[in-house]
Amino acid sequence: MQSSASKMALPSLEPPVAHLTLQGISKVFPGRTGTVDKLLRRTSKPFVAIADIDLEVEPNTFVSIIGPSGCGKSTLLNIIAGLSQPTTGQVSINGQPVSAPGPDRGVVFQNYALMPWMTVAENIDFAVETVYPSMGIAQRKSIVQDYICLVGLRGAEAKHPHELSGGMKQRVGIARALAINPQILLMDEPFGALDALTRGFLQDEIERIWEQERKTVILITHSIEEALLLSDKIVMMTRGPAAGIAQVLDVPFPRPRRREELDQYPGYHELKAAMEQHLSYETRAVEESRVRK
Amino acid sequence: MTHEVFRSAPPKVKPFRLNTDQQAFLLFITILLVFLGLWELGANAKLFLPIMPSASQTIADLWFWISNPFFDNGPNDQGIGFLLLTSLRRVLSGFLIGTAIAIPLGILIGLSPVVSKAVDPFIQILRPVSPLAWLPLGLALMRDSERTALFVIAITSIWPTLINTKFGVSNVDPAYLNVAHTLGASRWRIITKVILPAAAPNIVSGLRISLGIAWLVIVAAEILLSGGIGYFVWNEWNNLKITSIITAILIVGLVGLLMDYLFGVLQHRVSFGQRS
Repeated sequence: MQSSASKMALPSLEPPVAHLTLQGISKVFPGRTGTVDKLLRRTSKPFVAIADIDLEVEPNTFVSIIGPSGCGKSTLLNIIAGLSQPTTGQVSINGQPVSAPGPDRGVVFQNYALMPWMTVAENIDFAVETVYPSMGIAQRKSIVQDYICLVGLRGAEAKHPHELSGGMKQRVGIARALAINPQILLMDEPFGALDALTRGFLQDEIERIWEQERKTVILITHSIEEALLLSDKIVMMTRGPAAGIAQVLDVPFPRPRRREELDQYPGYHELKAAMEQHLSYETRAVEESRVRK
Repeated sequence: MTHEVFRSAPPKVKPFRLNTDQQAFLLFITILLVFLGLWELGANAKLFLPIMPSASQTIADLWFWISNPFFDNGPNDQGIGFLLLTSLRRVLSGFLIGTAIAIPLGILIGLSPVVSKAVDPFIQILRPVSPLAWLPLGLALMRDSERTALFVIAITSIWPTLINTKFGVSNVDPAYLNVAHTLGASRWRIITKVILPAAAPNIVSGLRISLGIAWLVIVAAEILLSGGIGYFVWNEWNNLKITSIITAILIVGLVGLLMDYLFGVLQHRVSFGQRS
């Protein structure tokens, strides 16, 4: 059992170290090629979503994956989470191949995915109890309380999700993912469904939480500012089909970072310009290919 | 000056107006009084058949039954309270038996596409059959009118609960299942902690429909069997007491309404902002 309870009090006790490796990951969605489909004239070709992704993620780094829409970012994250199987290739953590979902990876979903019939505390407790079934109730309660405080939701423990705003829901989602003390935190456009002001606020929160509790984080995003504010490395993907990695950028800004001061860091504008150029080129190509289709 | 605009306007004297609910209530009372008035006039003017009582006779008889619900002068002369208790006991017992079959079976076919496809023809063929068609079969199998009533009500109660449970279980938001999978939850834990609570609004709405139909069917079943409010209706028809029949209709309707209301409350309690 991981010492998740003492984690808050003694953060240096057992830092989770995870070296994530992706080797030759491809995902092909099979097309309709059966006899019945041929008779009904509804055959379709297999669709290669992502092809040949190789990526090394150093322990305790914050990595953002950014790319044009429909480039298979979420597919890649689902493969890392184990919710979807790669057609070829291998995901491994610290050299161990992983092919199924597991509590070594905490996932924050874009649509929050909170259980509506559970309160804030119960949603987090459900995760902790699932991962640590033999843990005592008192210890579980204290972990749940710690993470509710960490994301700033003290006072809302007994509320149900339908009584929360989108930003509060996602904070529960983040607390739930962190409370199981995963080695890797996977976030799939976690702020995509939020308005701009709430999004900025939660990005600052993520930066604050990450300073308190460093983990390996993979963040899927399509916001350049978000990636620059939060990441150590930014993985830029090419457009699909057969999307791949175009370039990996280092973001050398010192931490803790502050949104207001971000553009003061040397190299900020160059990085931003490079990303904008890449993304607008890819996005234009995507749009043009759609028009011609 | 601009801030003049924001100063609140002087309070106007509001003309007296009823809100929507009050208007609806007034209209309801009006319709009721017009209906009763026409009925009374028509009966006094001998527009209907002589067997038809007037509104005032019916209300007097309704009051007789309501004011003295619990008397028992033998099986053919019981107070309306005892009659209702007999019918309610049968409906609730049969409903519980039907539910005990429908919910587990619904969960099973909701979870397994194979079982679902295998069982579907049986459900599709049996579901549209009038519950009363089972009555002779029940009599033949049970040789007892009480048990036959339970049998018919149980069969009646199965279908809506079964179909709604299956729908709820097989249509759980995949996001909830993904959460459980990423946590490495066991199959049993996913079923009890995720799938069943997620399907609860559908299951309860199935139960609500089942109980409503069971209450519809009990009257017809009791006309053919014996005892309870249904038999009372038939008995009073044989006595040519139309006032009692109208009384029974109103009371059956009120009890049905009350049961539906209780299930509505339960449905709201398990919904947590989903579809409610």
